[in-house]
Amino acid sequence: MFLNLLFYTFGAVLVGAALGVVFSRNPVHAIMFLVLAFFNSAVLWLLLEAEFLAIALVLVYVGAVMVLFLFVVMMLDVNVEQVREGFARYMPVGLLVAFIMVVELGQVIWVRSWGISTLTTAPPLPEDYSNTKALGKVLYTEHVYAFELASVILLLAIVAAITLTMRKRPNLKQQDIAAQVAVRREDRVRLVSMPAEKKE
Amino acid sequence: MPFITPDFAPALAEMTLLGALCVVLIADLFVSDERRVITFWISIAALAVTLIAILAAQPLSREITFSGSFVNDSLSTVLKFAAALCLGVVFIYSRDYLMRNGLRKGEFYLLSLFGLLGIFVMISANSMLTIYLGMEMLSLSLYSLVAFDRDSSSCAEAAMKYFVLGAIASGAFLYGVSLIYGVTGTIQFDVLTTRVAEAGSDDVALWFGLAFVLVGIAFKFGAVPFHMWLPDVYQGARTPVTIYLGSLTKLASFALATRILVEGLPALYEQWHQMLLVMAVLSLIFGNIVAIAQTNIKRMLAYSTIFHVGFILLGFFAGNAEGYQASLFYTLTYTFTALGAFGTVALLSRAGFEAENLEDFRGLNARSPWFAAMMACFMLSLAGIPPWVGFWAKLHVIAAVLDAGRFAGDTAVIFFSVAVIMVLFSVVGAFYYLRVLKYMYFDEAVDRHTLEAPADMRVALSLNGLAVIGVGLAPGGLFALCAQVIG
Repeated sequence: MFLNLLFYTFGAVLVGAALGVVFSRNPVHAIMFLVLAFFNSAVLWLLLEAEFLAIALVLVYVGAVMVLFLFVVMMLDVNVEQVREGFARYMPVGLLVAFIMVVELGQVIWVRSWGISTLTTAPPLPEDYSNTKALGKVLYTEHVYAFELASVILLLAIVAAITLTMRKRPNLKQQDIAAQVAVRREDRVRLVSMPAEKKE
Repeated sequence: MPFITPDFAPALAEMTLLGALCVVLIADLFVSDERRVITFWISIAALAVTLIAILAAQPLSREITFSGSFVNDSLSTVLKFAAALCLGVVFIYSRDYLMRNGLRKGEFYLLSLFGLLGIFVMISANSMLTIYLGMEMLSLSLYSLVAFDRDSSSCAEAAMKYFVLGAIASGAFLYGVSLIYGVTGTIQFDVLTTRVAEAGSDDVALWFGLAFVLVGIAFKFGAVPFHMWLPDVYQGARTPVTIYLGSLTKLASFALATRILVEGLPALYEQWHQMLLVMAVLSLIFGNIVAIAQTNIKRMLAYSTIFHVGFILLGFFAGNAEGYQASLFYTLTYTFTALGAFGTVALLSRAGFEAENLEDFRGLNARSPWFAAMMACFMLSLAGIPPWVGFWAKLHVIAAVLDAGRFAGDTAVIFFSVAVIMVLFSVVGAFYYLRVLKYMYFDEAVDRHTLEAPADMRVALSLNGLAVIGVGLAPGGLFALCAQVIG
């Protein structure tokens, strides 16, 4: 009963947040709503006893990807009016897609009413079961080769990204810290002896 | 189930290469642009150490380790040795070009070594996950290598095309793998073989999975109709990258096809050999006919690659040990012949001048008779004229297909007509290869500069050309090796 209450609360907030992503005028607000949506779906995963995935979702998506999104949105000068221009024109297509999705969702619920065993929720796991530990166990034993390869691919991605983006451009104005520190008073200040101002 | 610590020894070559690669990565940071040649020599040393490690890890029998995701057999030894050797030659061909064209960045060597590691992983893969990771490692390094020259818009365009299409192909491949996993419950090739044999080959979901996996394989090979990226990328990339793409990646594609089709899904031969047949015959026809119309040498060689891929795939189509051996022989000899042909293109380019057009070969004989003779060797070998090695490669594939046809029963006529198509289109292909010879020997030179190349490049190119004719005169040794590797 209590679980159901939790599920419907977080589910409702999730749906509200998702609507907020689509309908908010300000792109920064949209991203904030997306963060809320991610957070709520992470809680729903917790209810399904998938703790590791829930925490990973918060850490990776909310903590890293969304922050990156925010930076991009703030740095790009998105003209909201321009994006919204074709809204009326694409409306029929959008409605059609939405209609199909609603029908499909309805079918899923309808199929549920048959009581097919594959659609029931999984049995609860034993008290001391930790899926983080279970994942870690296979990741570092059975799949250690693939795990190491993935790390090499990440290293390759770092090298490739730096190769493609970092270069010295000529005429680029930049600081020479050593020269700044080593500067002496004589290099910058010139003392000029001027006659004192005459008094009339 | 208790976990047993895996045996690391079979993966000696990979570990050595990764270690050497990290040394290159760190050492390159301390080298200034003017002395970038130091990175070149360190990379060559890294490859030499890797070659020794490959020989040291040579297995007595088939070794499977890392919980069934890694395999070390004599096929992997041969392919890895060829790949590492080939990359060394690519470096020798590229160094002078990179220096002259102001591309003095050490990352060329580093990214190429990463690609080689990806090829190694693919060659030694025993599960779908491993082979996919190797494929991505190779692709990622190739994408960045193609875009290597930041200021060239053609490089950026080629890299973008390659990246987008490559990502789609990877997606298709993974989707196929997920379907196969869904049906059989395993991604490990040896287990997959038994599970598919038990389940029977008439599961439609399995066929769907197979079709998507084949899309991935055909894309990596560049077989029609998944060839669209190939000419654009070969032409757009700088010549050293084209040498890399044109030679080494074929070894990786061969490993991909062998491990998945021959070792993983032999029970589905009836299904995949038909799909391969369509792609291979289309490649033979399309690659050849379009190559005739090209005026750009890199583009022409790209279309000729598509043609040769048709031959390699037809070795698999034959579906017997003889066919796989012929495919391996074809892949090895094609790799080194294409290496020499693209190397000569790099040799012809000078600072600020890209020798890309067929016309640039005009009167090469007058300018430099030795290199013209070498280029003639490569062209005649690609055309498949005896005694050059390309002839034997084609002969073995055709013989294998005919041999398979004798046991095919009702479908024998398909095998025989495929053999006829192969012979016919080899003749068509001779036209554009011989045209290069015509330009070199019978046309007046417009540009009378003598070709300049450092000593190591001269030696490597000469050895490469002599190998193409030497193995052609005595193909027995290499063929015995192929027969021994694929029993």
